[in-house]
Amino acid sequence: MPLLDIRALSVDFTTARGPFRAVDHVDFAIDPGDVLAVVGESGSGKSVAMLAVMGLLPWTATVTADRMTFDGRDLMAITPEARRKLIGKDIAMIFQEPVASLNPCFTVGFQIEESLATHMALDSQARRARAVELLTSVGIPEPERRLGQFPHQLSGGMCQRVMIAMAISCAPKLLIADEPTTALDVTIQAQILDLLVALQKQTGMALVLITHDMGVVAETARRVVVQYAGEQVERQVVDGLFASPRHPYTAALLAALPEHAKGARLASIPGVVPGQFDKADACRFAPRCARADDKCRTVKPPRQPANLGEALCHYPLSGGAA
Amino acid sequence: MPADVTAAGLEVQAEALAPPRPLAEFWRAFGENRGAVVGLWIVAAIVLVAIFAPLLAPHSPIEQFREAFKRPPAFMAGGDWNFPLGTDAVGRDMLSRLMYGARLSLFIGLAVMLVSMFIGVALGLAAAFSGGFVDVAILRIMDLIMAIPSLVLAILIVAVLGPSLTNTIIAITAVYLPRYVRLTRASAIGEMQKDYVTAAKVAGAGPWRIMLATVLPNCVAPLIVQGALGISDAILEAAGLGFLGLGAQPPAPEWGAMLSDSREFLQAAPWIVTLPGLAILVTVLAINVMGDGLRDALDPKLRRG
Amino acid sequence: MSEVLIRADHLARRYDVRRGMFSAKATVKAVADASLTVSQGRTLAIVGESGCGKSTLARLLAMIERPSDGKLVITGSDVSDGDPAKVRALRQTVQMVFQNPYGSLNPRQKIGAALEEPLAITTNLPAAERRARANDMLAKVGLRPEHYHRYPHMFSGGQRQRIAIARALMPRPKVLVLDEPVSALDVSIRAQVLNLLADLKAEFGLTYVIISHDLAVVRHVADDLMIMYLGRVVESGASAAIFAAPKHPYTQALLSATPVADPRAKRNRIRLEGELPSPISPPSGCAFHPRCRFANDRCRTEQPAATISAGVTVACHAVAEGRI
Repeated sequence: MPLLDIRALSVDFTTARGPFRAVDHVDFAIDPGDVLAVVGESGSGKSVAMLAVMGLLPWTATVTADRMTFDGRDLMAITPEARRKLIGKDIAMIFQEPVASLNPCFTVGFQIEESLATHMALDSQARRARAVELLTSVGIPEPERRLGQFPHQLSGGMCQRVMIAMAISCAPKLLIADEPTTALDVTIQAQILDLLVALQKQTGMALVLITHDMGVVAETARRVVVQYAGEQVERQVVDGLFASPRHPYTAALLAALPEHAKGARLASIPGVVPGQFDKADACRFAPRCARADDKCRTVKPPRQPANLGEALCHYPLSGGAA
Repeated sequence: MPADVTAAGLEVQAEALAPPRPLAEFWRAFGENRGAVVGLWIVAAIVLVAIFAPLLAPHSPIEQFREAFKRPPAFMAGGDWNFPLGTDAVGRDMLSRLMYGARLSLFIGLAVMLVSMFIGVALGLAAAFSGGFVDVAILRIMDLIMAIPSLVLAILIVAVLGPSLTNTIIAITAVYLPRYVRLTRASAIGEMQKDYVTAAKVAGAGPWRIMLATVLPNCVAPLIVQGALGISDAILEAAGLGFLGLGAQPPAPEWGAMLSDSREFLQAAPWIVTLPGLAILVTVLAINVMGDGLRDALDPKLRRG
Repeated sequence: MSEVLIRADHLARRYDVRRGMFSAKATVKAVADASLTVSQGRTLAIVGESGCGKSTLARLLAMIERPSDGKLVITGSDVSDGDPAKVRALRQTVQMVFQNPYGSLNPRQKIGAALEEPLAITTNLPAAERRARANDMLAKVGLRPEHYHRYPHMFSGGQRQRIAIARALMPRPKVLVLDEPVSALDVSIRAQVLNLLADLKAEFGLTYVIISHDLAVVRHVADDLMIMYLGRVVESGASAAIFAAPKHPYTQALLSATPVADPRAKRNRIRLEGELPSPISPPSGCAFHPRCRFANDRCRTEQPAATISAGVTVACHAVAEGRI
């Protein structure tokens, strides 16, 4: 039974210019211990989907889904109190800007212990001991001293480790990491990713990694979901995705990477991601796809079966990298 | 043209959906705030009355009608439509005085706002761009001005210079200078950190060009809001000075002075006191509400769309 | 050998920072010692992580700041002292493109005016001529004449970066310094902009100095490579040579830490422990020694000098002593 089971999740925002569908009928099925990467560029809705699961969207957002269950509990039907007990304890999330995600007015120790105090019944000495334990487990040297420091006194990598410590403090079953290393330097990024993978193996929690960096996906994920303009265009295991992408967008994205350049020019994707008003009822990628025909521009593409990467395409690619 | 940008149809789509022009966008955002729009209409009405006062006012504001002392307004017992809002203690028509008073108040408000904004922006930019001693000196002088309560400082300046309309404007300008200086300086310092200013430097722009053509236009939004609200503050301040007899001198129909002259008639002939007070209230309120709407419309963070 | 356009010898840039009212002033050595040459037609990439001084070095080369020490000669003109007249003259030679497409254009200026500004300032061309050149450049970067009257907020990130590139090219510079030109862009847009840069380089005979932390991009575009750590150059030389056989331990760690978009690639990651040091209190001797697995006593006390081997300059005791 999947840990997180989501079917047909859609998120609509009410804006001054009318309703805007940021996420359009996406599915997620995450098993315990799974490592899923959600890949997409800006406008793909990858972060919004996970924020919807966590219930962190602003009031202008309307979340609808056929099914949204976590560990057997229906997330759409629970009360806000029950939801607060769940979020932060069984499902945790870390964000892109580590220094900005921590409250600058409180010490690191206070913030970790706050999260412990909310979800676990420990006295203050036990909380402090657990906080030290957590900082050690995320690789922060001199944890006792760090507990008394403020976020601005720590580097970006340190702050991200503190965020991870807070996230795993209550032994969550699912950790969602939204671009956790984008704002960090390469060597620090490597440390943080190694840490996340190690923690995942140690605790057996499921990990959802939202990123736009295909290199990070290749190194950490087991399964990959590719999102474009609010829709999921491909869902595959990581080896299969890189070896034989099925959706033209995935193939184009891989071909556009500098490491896959043949000669001085990169294989770029013409055009831009569709905006609020450009979304068609047919294939959203059609305007930029080299293989699109009239059917693509008028008929909604079907969801292909699993052996074709569950691609949302009329003419999925038939294997072999681009 | 690079092929990867002109994919068929994409550019055409983008043109069709070009976002609205900034002025239209601003009006739409402003219009969302009903109160602000009402405020705007009221202010517009007051401005029109002030401009066309010579045509609209039934009488001269300083002419004393000996036979009509303390006549009540037309809608009260004993009034007549010759003096629609009654007369004051020396027989001057209230309506006409209020209309001409609008001229005076708006003139003071506008003059103060323009002069203090001009000087304040100049000083603020100078402080932001010079840094060092000039910056510190300007800031400390502004601190000094702010340390003294505004009315007290205004009274001080008018007492030294002598009571008159011009000196009222000078006094209130001095009192309101710090807010423009600080606002401009803070905005300018913030904008100077940004890349586009560096880019202008790399393009070869000299300090004057950067100050006036690159940075200043980007500091304008909070200044506009402050300016609009500043008019109402100046009107209040002028009324305060007028009330104390330090503003425009009689027989000028300045609202504050009108209030002061008629305090003693609060029981016997309340309209002489109430009407100028109401005029001040409505004007200041309308400008404030409009200014709030202006700020909400110009500050993208506050918009709800 | 192509002409040397920029030569920098032992450039340094220091900032004094106040650390509160009662503590002594501290000096941040943003660039401690950097020497480089920029040759006509070749792309030099400067690579490093936070605090290495690459952005400051870019600003020195673009004459936005003057060096605290060292010699900077641009097309034969010595600007080490920041002489305003010389700098003004050289604005036609060296231009800069900034990292953040959302901050590098004046929000209150129509992009047509932004494009014309460099010409309006430095030349006496009539308005019609300036307009014609601006439209011409707009077309070259893939925009259309009607975009001339628009404000920056009406464009996407990729388009803004194109406008920034167009503006930098208006004075027909010889050298373009690009500070992380594509880091803030999506992968597909990145490819478009990199292709544009390649086309423009060929068309105008440009020379690029690219600052980046993205090694994949660097590998694709750079002819020469320079790796910085805490204000000093640790390795420099031909890009292909360094990528094939990195010598300095930091370069090796940096290359191995970069994620590769291939799940089957063998990953022998050199784990770098510890944090990047702060430029205010750098470690003694070689700045990299706290994180280096080859560090010995000499590394802890003595700053390594640059040595050249096989066309690559490396500043490392272990390499000089033949230990690695």
